[in-house]
Amino acid sequence: MATAAKVPDEPHGPSSGGTSHEVVHRDSVVVRFAGDSGDGMQLTGGQFTLSTALAGNDLATFPDFPAEIRAPQGTLFGVSAFQINFGSTRIETAGDQPDVLIAMNPAALKTNLPALRQGGLIIADTGEFSERNLKKARYEANPLEDGSLSAWQLLAFDISKQTLESVKPFGLGNKDALRCKNMWTLGLALWMFGRPRGPIVEWLSAKFAKSEVLRDANIAALNAGHAFGETAELAGPLKQFSLAAAEVEPGLYRTISGADAIALGLVAGAKLSGLPMFFGGYPITPASAILHALARLREFDVTTFQAEDEIAAIGAAIGAAWAGSLAVTSSSGPGIALKGEAMGLAVMTELPLVIVNSQRGGPSTGLPTKTEQSDLYQAVYGRNGDAPMPVIAARSPADCFEVAIEACRLALKYMSPVMLLTDGYIANAAEPWRVPDDGSFTPFPAKFREDVPEDGRFNPFTRDPETLGRQWVKPGTPGLMHRIGGIEKGFASGNIDYSPENHQKMTDTRKAKIDGIARDIPAQAVEVGNDHGPLVVVGWGSTYGPIRQAVELARSKGHDVAHVHIRHIWPLPANLGELLKRYQRVLVPEMNTGQLKTLLRDQYLVDAQPLNKVSGQPFRIAEIEAAIEGMLAQ
Amino acid sequence: MNEISKVIPATKPDDWATDQEVRWCPGCGDYAILKAVQRALPELGVEPHNTVFISGIGCSSRFPYYMETYGFHTIHGRAPTIATGVKLANPKLDVWLVTGDGDGLSIGGNHMLHLVRRNIDCQVLLFNNEIYGLTKGQYSPTSRPGTRSPTSPTGSLEQPVKPCAFAIGAGGRFVARTIDTAQKHMPEILKRAHAHKGTSFIEIYQNCVVYNDGVFDAFTEKKSAPQTQILLEHGKPMLFANGTRGLKLNRETLRLEVVDVVEGDASQLIVHDETNKAVANMLIDMPFGEFPVALGVIYCDPASSFDEAMQAQEQQLTAGKSADFAALLRRGQSWEVKAEAGR
Ligand SMILES: Cc1ncc(C[n+]2csc(CCOP(=O)(O)OP(=O)(O)O)c2C)c(N)n1
Ligand code: SF4
Ligand SMILES: [Mg+2]
Repeated sequence: MATAAKVPDEPHGPSSGGTSHEVVHRDSVVVRFAGDSGDGMQLTGGQFTLSTALAGNDLATFPDFPAEIRAPQGTLFGVSAFQINFGSTRIETAGDQPDVLIAMNPAALKTNLPALRQGGLIIADTGEFSERNLKKARYEANPLEDGSLSAWQLLAFDISKQTLESVKPFGLGNKDALRCKNMWTLGLALWMFGRPRGPIVEWLSAKFAKSEVLRDANIAALNAGHAFGETAELAGPLKQFSLAAAEVEPGLYRTISGADAIALGLVAGAKLSGLPMFFGGYPITPASAILHALARLREFDVTTFQAEDEIAAIGAAIGAAWAGSLAVTSSSGPGIALKGEAMGLAVMTELPLVIVNSQRGGPSTGLPTKTEQSDLYQAVYGRNGDAPMPVIAARSPADCFEVAIEACRLALKYMSPVMLLTDGYIANAAEPWRVPDDGSFTPFPAKFREDVPEDGRFNPFTRDPETLGRQWVKPGTPGLMHRIGGIEKGFASGNIDYSPENHQKMTDTRKAKIDGIARDIPAQAVEVGNDHGPLVVVGWGSTYGPIRQAVELARSKGHDVAHVHIRHIWPLPANLGELLKRYQRVLVPEMNTGQLKTLLRDQYLVDAQPLNKVSGQPFRIAEIEAAIEGMLAQ
Repeated sequence: MNEISKVIPATKPDDWATDQEVRWCPGCGDYAILKAVQRALPELGVEPHNTVFISGIGCSSRFPYYMETYGFHTIHGRAPTIATGVKLANPKLDVWLVTGDGDGLSIGGNHMLHLVRRNIDCQVLLFNNEIYGLTKGQYSPTSRPGTRSPTSPTGSLEQPVKPCAFAIGAGGRFVARTIDTAQKHMPEILKRAHAHKGTSFIEIYQNCVVYNDGVFDAFTEKKSAPQTQILLEHGKPMLFANGTRGLKLNRETLRLEVVDVVEGDASQLIVHDETNKAVANMLIDMPFGEFPVALGVIYCDPASSFDEAMQAQEQQLTAGKSADFAALLRRGQSWEVKAEAGR
C-alpha cells in the first residue's frame, strides 16, 4: 500500500540542510502546548513526549486540562495545556516556567502567558486571533499587534492557513482539515528540537488505520509543519535547539504515566503473591485511568468490576479478599470518603486490601482535574473508631510501580487494608521509566490455612506471633468454617464478644499490628544533603521533583540544606523522629494546608514549619527555593 | 472437572447449626426461619464448607453466626456488594444473602437493585417484619401508612415498597414469597430458589414480637389461612379457600378478580405460569382483603447470570493468550540505553 506522505530519512538533532538557523545549545527546555480543549493538545503533547524520550532526553510532563469534556470553544476555561520539560540533565519536574509557549488561540495565550519566562518564545496562530475569539478571551485589543508582548519573543503566523494548504490535496471539509492543525504544530516543534518524525508517523498510521485520507492528511500536515521550520525565511525568534541525550542508567526504557505504573505494579504484586487480582472501581477523575488500564489485562488473572458506586466497589473487593483474591479498590477523594465505613470493616475483619486514592483538589467535588495532596488526614485518620491502617505514597509516575508492589506486600503480610496515595499530577504525568527485570522483586507468596486443628476447633483470629497478622482461610476449605464480621469479636474465635477486656485487647492488638510495620520498612534515608544541619526540607508524594531541584539549587549556592522524602506515611519509619531532631529547622512543603506538618509535630514534637500551596498547580521550584532561603535567613 | 459426580456426605439439620447461643427475642420469627433453612439445606446436596451466608446489619442479619458454614456479617445495607465480590472471586461457592427490610430496601436498596439486575447467582432471603427491629422499632420502608413508632408517633406517612415488586422491577428472574412459620412451604421454596441459576429473591414475612407483633396475623393465622392465602403452583389453576374460590383474569379490564368455583369447575381460572411477568406483577399488587396473599414462586424465568457471563468472557478472552508479564512491562514504544562512554 502506497503511503501518500512519505517521511524522508532524517538524522536526529538539528538539521543540516535548508535555511540556516541559529542553533541554541541547552541543557534543558520547557515547552508548553496550549489550545482549546478541542485542539488536541494532550495528544500533541503526548506524541512530542514520545519522540523526546526516543531522542534520549530525560523528561517530565504536566498535562493541565479543564474538567469539562467539551467546554465552549475559545473560552478561557476551555483551555487545555500540556507542559514538558526535557533535557540532557536529570529532570525532576515539568519545569517552573516554559521557555516556549505554543498558543493556538487567544484564550490559550491569555491563560498561559503569566507562566512564560521573561524573554521566552511565543508561537501563536494568527488565524485564530479573530475579533470574536479575542472577545471570548476578554482581550480589548489584539495582543499580537498592540505591543503588549514586548517582554517576550513573538512568532505569529497563520498556522490555520498553512494547515489548510498542506491538506488541500485530500479534499477534507474545512472542519476536518483544521483538525490537522495540531499535527502541523507538532511537526514544527519536532523540527525545532531535532526530534524524529518516524514514531509519530507510525502512530498516525495505526490511529487512522481505518481512514487512509485522515492518515495521509495528518502526516502531510506534520511534514508541512516540519518543512516550514526547515525552509521558512523567518528571521528572528525561530531557533533550533540542540539538547544532548541525558546520562541515564543503561537499560530498556519506556515512558509511563502514574496510572499505568500503578496498574502494572498491582499486576506485579498479584504475580509475586501468586494470587488472582480482583479490582473493584467506580468511574472518577483522575482514578479511572487505573480501572481502564486493568480492564485490558484480563489474561493476567485480573478481574475488574465496575460497581454501582464506590461503596459497592470496596464491598465487592472485601468479598473477593475474603474469598482469597488480591483485592484492590481505587478512587479519588469523594469516593474514598464513601468507602470509609467499609474500610473499617476491612480493618475489623483483618482482610488484605489495597485502596488507591488518586487525590484531586477538594473538598467535595473540588477541582476534579487538578492536583492536591489534601487527603492525608483522611488516609491516616479518616475512619470511625480506632481503625489504624498503613498509608504509603508515591513520589512520581515511575515510583508508582514499586509503591503498588509494596502496598500489596504489606496488605498480605499484615492482613490489613493499605492506603496508597497518589495524585492527579502523578496519575496523568509521564516520565521515562527503566523497565525492571522480571526477576528483580522478591516474591511474597500468599499463605492460606488449610489444615484442620486436631480438636476440630478452628480460631480464625489466631495470629502470627511476629507480624500479628491473622490466618487467612478461603471459604470452600473443608473443616475450617468460621464467621467474621464488623462487630467486635473474641480475641481468637471471631465470635461476637462485647466484653470490656476483650475490646481493649482487640483494639490494642490491631494498633500494635500496624505500629509493628515500622520494623518492616526501610529506615528513612536522606535524599540530598547531610543527615544533620541547619535545615531539612521534608516532603511526601508528588512534591518530590520541585523539592529535590530546589534543595539542589540551594546547595549549589552554598546553603547547607537537606531533603527527606517520606514514602511510608503510616506507620512512619522508625528512625524518622531521631533523624528530624538532628536538624535545627524543618520545612514541610505540601499541596494542602499543612497535613504532614501536623502529623510530624504530633508524632515527634518537632517545630515543623509549613509551606503550603493549594492552587491546583504543582509547586514551582522557585517557590520552594525562596522558602528555603527565607528560613535560612531567619 | 465435575463437582456433581463427587459423593456429597449426607447431613442432618443439626450439622448446619453452630454452638453459638441464639440471641433473638423469645418468640421472634427469625427462629422459625433459621429452623426451616437448617432443615432445607440437607436436602440440597450441598456441603457446609462450600456454603456461604452473608448478611448486613439488623436482627435478621445475625443469621450467619448460627450457621455452621462460612459466614460474613458485614455492614448495614452492603451485603449484596460483598456477596457479589465473593461470587465473582469464587463462582463455585453457594452464596446465601440474609437481609432485613431496612437493610435490603432502605440503606441497601441501591445495591439490592444492582445485585438483582446483574442476576448474580445467589439466594436472597429478605426478612420482612415491616419494622427496624435492631434499632428498637422505627418504621421501615415496608411499614404500612399510619404505623406508629418512635419516629412516627402520630403514624407514618410514607407509601411502602413491596419487596417482590421491587425485585421484579429491578429485572429479577426469580421472585417468591413465604412466611416464617410455614415450615413445610418454606423449605420447598428454598429448594426451588437454590435450583434456580441467578439471583433468587425470597421475601419472608417475619413476625417481630417486640415491635410489630401481629402485623401479618390477618393472613398467617392458621384458622383463616385457607381463605387468606393462595399458594401458587406452576401449571395449576389459581385456587384457594379449599378449592371453593379462585383467581380469574378479566380480559376486558385486564385485572384479576376473585370468583367462586362452582362444583370444582376451574376452567375460568387463570393457570399459574411462572414465566408470565405481567401476571406476576398483578399477583404481587393484589390489595389484601379483597384478595388473598399470593405465596410461593411468583415469577421464575431464568436468564444468564453476570458471574457466569463473566467467566465465559474470561475464558474466551484468555484462550490461547499467554500472559507474558515481561512483554507487558515493555508494551508501547521503548528504547534501549546502552552502557557506552558518553551516555
Ligand atoms: C450505617 C449504619 N446506619 C445505621 C445503623 C443502625 N441500624 C442497624 S440495623 C438497622 C435497621 C435494621 O432494620 P432491618 O434491616 O429491617 O432489620 P431487622 O432488625 O428488622 O431484622 C439500623 C438502622 C447501622 N448499623 N449502620
Ligand atoms: S426485635 Fe423483633 S426482629 Fe429483632 S429479635 Fe426481637 S423480635 Fe426479632
Ligand atoms: Mg426489619
